[in-house]
Amino acid sequence: MDKFTAHTGSAMPLRRSNVDTDQIIPAVYLKRVTRTGFEDGLFAAWREDSAFVLNDPAYAGATILVAGPEFGTGSSREHAVWALRDWGFRVVIAPRFGDIFRGNSLKQGLLTVELPIDAVEELWSLTEKDPSAAVTVDLAAREVRAGGSTWAFSLDDFSRWRLMEGLDDIGLTLLHVEEISAFEASRKAFGPVVA
Amino acid sequence: MSAGAKSQESGQDRTLAQKVWDAHVVRSAAGEPDLLYIDLHLLHEVTSPQAFDGLRVAGRTVRRTDLTIATEDHNTPTDNLLTIADPVSRTQIETLRRNCAEFGVKLHPLGDPEQGVVHVMGPQQGLTQPGMTIVCGDSHTSTHGAFGALAFGIGTSEVEHVLATQTLPQNTPKQMAVNFVGDLQPGVTAKDLILALITQVGTGGGRGHVVEYRGPVIEQLSMEGRMTISNMSIEWGAKAGLIAPDETTFAWLKGRTFAPQGDAWDAAVEYWRTLRTDDGAVFDTEITLDVSKVTPFVTWGTNPGQGAPLAGEVPAPESFEDEAERAAAERALAYMDLTPGQKLRDVAVDVVFVGSCTNGRLEDLRAAAGVIKGRKVAEGVRMMIVPGSAAVRAAAEAEGLDQVFTDAGAEWRFAGCSMCLGMNPDTLKPGQRSASTSNRNFEGRQGKGGRTHLVSPPVAAATAVLGHLAAPADLN
Repeated sequence: MDKFTAHTGSAMPLRRSNVDTDQIIPAVYLKRVTRTGFEDGLFAAWREDSAFVLNDPAYAGATILVAGPEFGTGSSREHAVWALRDWGFRVVIAPRFGDIFRGNSLKQGLLTVELPIDAVEELWSLTEKDPSAAVTVDLAAREVRAGGSTWAFSLDDFSRWRLMEGLDDIGLTLLHVEEISAFEASRKAFGPVVA
Repeated sequence: MSAGAKSQESGQDRTLAQKVWDAHVVRSAAGEPDLLYIDLHLLHEVTSPQAFDGLRVAGRTVRRTDLTIATEDHNTPTDNLLTIADPVSRTQIETLRRNCAEFGVKLHPLGDPEQGVVHVMGPQQGLTQPGMTIVCGDSHTSTHGAFGALAFGIGTSEVEHVLATQTLPQNTPKQMAVNFVGDLQPGVTAKDLILALITQVGTGGGRGHVVEYRGPVIEQLSMEGRMTISNMSIEWGAKAGLIAPDETTFAWLKGRTFAPQGDAWDAAVEYWRTLRTDDGAVFDTEITLDVSKVTPFVTWGTNPGQGAPLAGEVPAPESFEDEAERAAAERALAYMDLTPGQKLRDVAVDVVFVGSCTNGRLEDLRAAAGVIKGRKVAEGVRMMIVPGSAAVRAAAEAEGLDQVFTDAGAEWRFAGCSMCLGMNPDTLKPGQRSASTSNRNFEGRQGKGGRTHLVSPPVAAATAVLGHLAAPADLN
């Protein structure tokens, strides 16, 4: 996972709530067995509308997506995170995220930032007026800065540390393999085993 | 240290979920998520290939193949068991078979008597038991909470993590109680209850919480009904949805392939009986649903929180106070091609789908068959019956349900996720409208441009007969 400390880029306003993971990437794109190359499936149905923001050349280089509440609800498909990342997004800002999507994003180095709806509204207005407006997402300071405003956001210390160090969860867990073995020795005998 | 571990040490009263959590903490350290042990890891073809790749690249193995089991369900055809026409789908299935063989994971492939939708396949074999931790790369893993297990959906990175370590780092969730009060009206099903609840609390209502469904109505439900409720926990944002195990649970489990036998059964039941929320346990949030007011319920919009009583009307967007909800309703009505004030009973459908991990069990098929027996599917309507598993299909055939459905003009198909999600050949065509016993009415969920109304199995059957959204009572 790439390290994430701070990122400055332009932002794309997505004025929609309840953007479920079926919208982020429809199921038909989930048949692949690879882990990259999902950008063609990003918002595939909505992209067929030429007026959809992803088709607007003014936002072609955007690296930050700003969306409405309940972003990433629904299916657990990590492909939704891969599609956003493969398109070039490093950050998604929304008032609330689906839990599984949020967990997936933080494991893949896609920073999901929760800001109140009025901050999101301000970012929408700013980026609609000026698509090239610079937005800074500073993980070290846990701040978003744009258009002269600053908003603090919260993220637990552990997730922040992992992102800033670019650490692999499995490697971290395997540091405790002896504790896992000790736990296994104490498990109840009647639990099901398949093999 | 987690709140759960703390409460255990000081002997405080705990919720059911906290008890299950505490029993699985491998490691707890200040400022870090708890490391939870996973008792059962379910796999399917869609969210596992990249995880196995990750293991291969890192030179890792599957730590506990004896706690890992796979099936094929999401992208498989349901019209036959032999031919997967789409080469990309075929590759994904072949990849799962290859990965399971290489890493030593047990697999129920197409044609196997235990193959089926992952959340039907596990419980039917007795693999899902009270007090377990269960994960799967699928959000409807919450289904297994119906047995008093802590079960939740994970992403592919976490699938890889569980394969490699049989554990998952998890932040302590908040605890919520959902209290169902009042008496159920006749003809109201578990599906109606959960749809009504989601409409009441919204798609984000359970976020950050593990919830416990409680109350006399829940205790009276069958295991199938409880699974329907727990299944849709994720549709209102809850991490997991538990129901305390009781005599109904034990009776359902007894004698199943992987249920404990003999003395082990007695020891298990003794432990399972302790898996109840203590009287003095405190929930972070408590909500109440008065079930006496619930009638057959359907969705009109494009998220599961956009629902209404079948006897009601399509709401006007202006009726929503919240601006985001209002905008979402406007978009939904445009997508669904519905107008405010339109009676829901007047909404004509093209396709009726009975199946999925929500409502694809034997009891669901019986409920639909009971309504459609001796009647015919309306002209111009396609009705698909897709058993949740090969075992459900066999059991239904043993009691003649297949004949009831085919006599009515419905299609009797093989087990799989089918039309619940548009990644296999069973899809809606653009503009087609369905009444579906599945769990998501998202735009395009059942096929690009398709329009979905979520319904219970009895409503699905009555709708198939009349050609428009209807309850069984409308047939008389």
